[in-house]
Amino acid sequence: MNWLTNFVLPKIRAVVAKKEVRDNLWQKCPGCEQMLYYRELETNLHVCRNCGHHLRIGALERLKILFDEGAFERSALPEVLADPLRFRDRRRYLDRLREAQANFGASDAIAVASGRIGGVPAVVAAFEFGFLGGSMGLAVGEAMLAAADLAVKNECALIVVPASGGARMQEGVLSLMQMPRTILAADRVKEKGLPYIVVLTDPTTGGVSASLAMVGDLILAEPGAQIGFAGARVIEETIREKLPDGFQRAEYLYEHGMVDLVVPRHELAAVLGRLLGHLHKGRPQAAAPAS
Amino acid sequence: MANFLDFERPVAELESKIRELRHLSSENNLNIADEVGRLEKEAARLLRQIYGRLSPWQKVQVARHPERPHALDYIRAFVTDFVPLAGDRAFAEDAAIVGGIGRFRGTSVVLIGTEKGSDTEERLKHNFGMARPEGYRKAQRLMRLADRFGLPVITLVDTAGAYPGVDAEARGQAEAIARAIETCLDLRVPLVAAIIGEGGSGGAIALAAANTVLMLEHAIYSVISPEGCASILWRTGEAAREAAEALNLTAEDLRRLGVIDRIVEEPLGGAHRHPDEACRKLGEALEAALLSFRGQDGESLRRRRRDKYLAIGRRGF
Repeated sequence: MNWLTNFVLPKIRAVVAKKEVRDNLWQKCPGCEQMLYYRELETNLHVCRNCGHHLRIGALERLKILFDEGAFERSALPEVLADPLRFRDRRRYLDRLREAQANFGASDAIAVASGRIGGVPAVVAAFEFGFLGGSMGLAVGEAMLAAADLAVKNECALIVVPASGGARMQEGVLSLMQMPRTILAADRVKEKGLPYIVVLTDPTTGGVSASLAMVGDLILAEPGAQIGFAGARVIEETIREKLPDGFQRAEYLYEHGMVDLVVPRHELAAVLGRLLGHLHKGRPQAAAPAS
Repeated sequence: MANFLDFERPVAELESKIRELRHLSSENNLNIADEVGRLEKEAARLLRQIYGRLSPWQKVQVARHPERPHALDYIRAFVTDFVPLAGDRAFAEDAAIVGGIGRFRGTSVVLIGTEKGSDTEERLKHNFGMARPEGYRKAQRLMRLADRFGLPVITLVDTAGAYPGVDAEARGQAEAIARAIETCLDLRVPLVAAIIGEGGSGGAIALAAANTVLMLEHAIYSVISPEGCASILWRTGEAAREAAEALNLTAEDLRRLGVIDRIVEEPLGGAHRHPDEACRKLGEALEAALLSFRGQDGESLRRRRRDKYLAIGRRGF
């Protein structure tokens, strides 16, 4: 042992470790297959510069994009009973859950935060698609109720950004029960005269689309997002024919009258800010007409 | 019986033996009453044994039995002066969901049910009980109608799920289901739901966010079909049996989880063996459920229904 092994070697190792390359420096665009450099992707909000494809992003990234100056205060999620059915498929659900929790440093597939959008206070609940497919079980349902309570307490809008394959099968019928429960969450906000706004992102399907996602006072969608109830494969197997181009995409829903507006990610915060400006409690009022 | 399930085979064999004996005795004037009586007793014992411990996967088969009574069978059995009502007033009539006003135990009620149909022609007409958005919108309309006239609502749920089709998606299947759930939760009249066969996912909860949820003994209620769950989580549809175990989809499971309120006993050997008795038992259970709301005003009916769903999953099981 000498200073060389004790002092220099660790330093050298540290330097080498730092230089360790990210394994995802380059990413292939799912839209046009162009190779995209991560730094450029980040500055462009994970939208492909070549074809405009909106890549999926995590919940934290979403919160940073939506809130003014990327500043927000994150809420802890309410605790729920983990693995109520002691579910096991090829793996134990509890193991899948613990693994996802470790990967994301979060207790479940949703992040709730408060801050300002366009200067107006708002609460945002953003789904984490990477966390077991953004699936909705007890934890997500309870988090939606907590987010609604927070919006009511702050007298501000609740903005929900789903990115989810639907209900969490491993919680069985209890995940189905989150459909009425999240609709009740939305109602808590609406009953107080506060806006409940949904921003549909890729993907929003199954039980999440048929509950909290479709009862918004206003419903926005990101370009190209897949949105629907039944999975495309299930439909194809049922009708045994190819699905039409653009089926279940945000633009398709827009044409069918199901969403208010398709908004590119770069404009999302600005559009939300404008809407909140019109709808929030402290909005400017015209001078009362003379009596 | 024309249709019997695999695990009913021993009973079916006994029953065919009984039929043969009867045939023989009438032809040859033999007295075999004792033997027939013995076989009948044995068949009943077997049935009791088999149905006393059906596995979840076997319950899935019973719940889907083609001869099981369907929504319209129940309505015909215990509702009088029934007037069917159709259409969503926006796009179409969807026969996968039937509805109307009728008299139940002396009271006018609104009835809504997913109907699978009982022969090929009927099954096609009712799209095998898989509704499109207009079906769920019709249900919303009928629930609002009940609310306006202060009529209790009874829903009968028996569906594999909402129809997965291009047209259904184009017209907003997800929105129609979400709004149906929202309407269930908003009513200021009693809402009683009965899961009579398959309670298939969103297509079921759309009609079942109720004050009281009854469930027939061998019905199932699940977030996804065992086959669908198996193909996603096990990567093979052949694991459906395991998935059925894991999903906790039997009436016993659901009562333990607090998702349903009461199990309605089925006749020995399942509702398909004695449809009349099944109808009578469900009728009694529905009547008891409706009586329990007597004296509650609309606000408290609505609040209690909402509180009930908020409480699900919050306590241990």
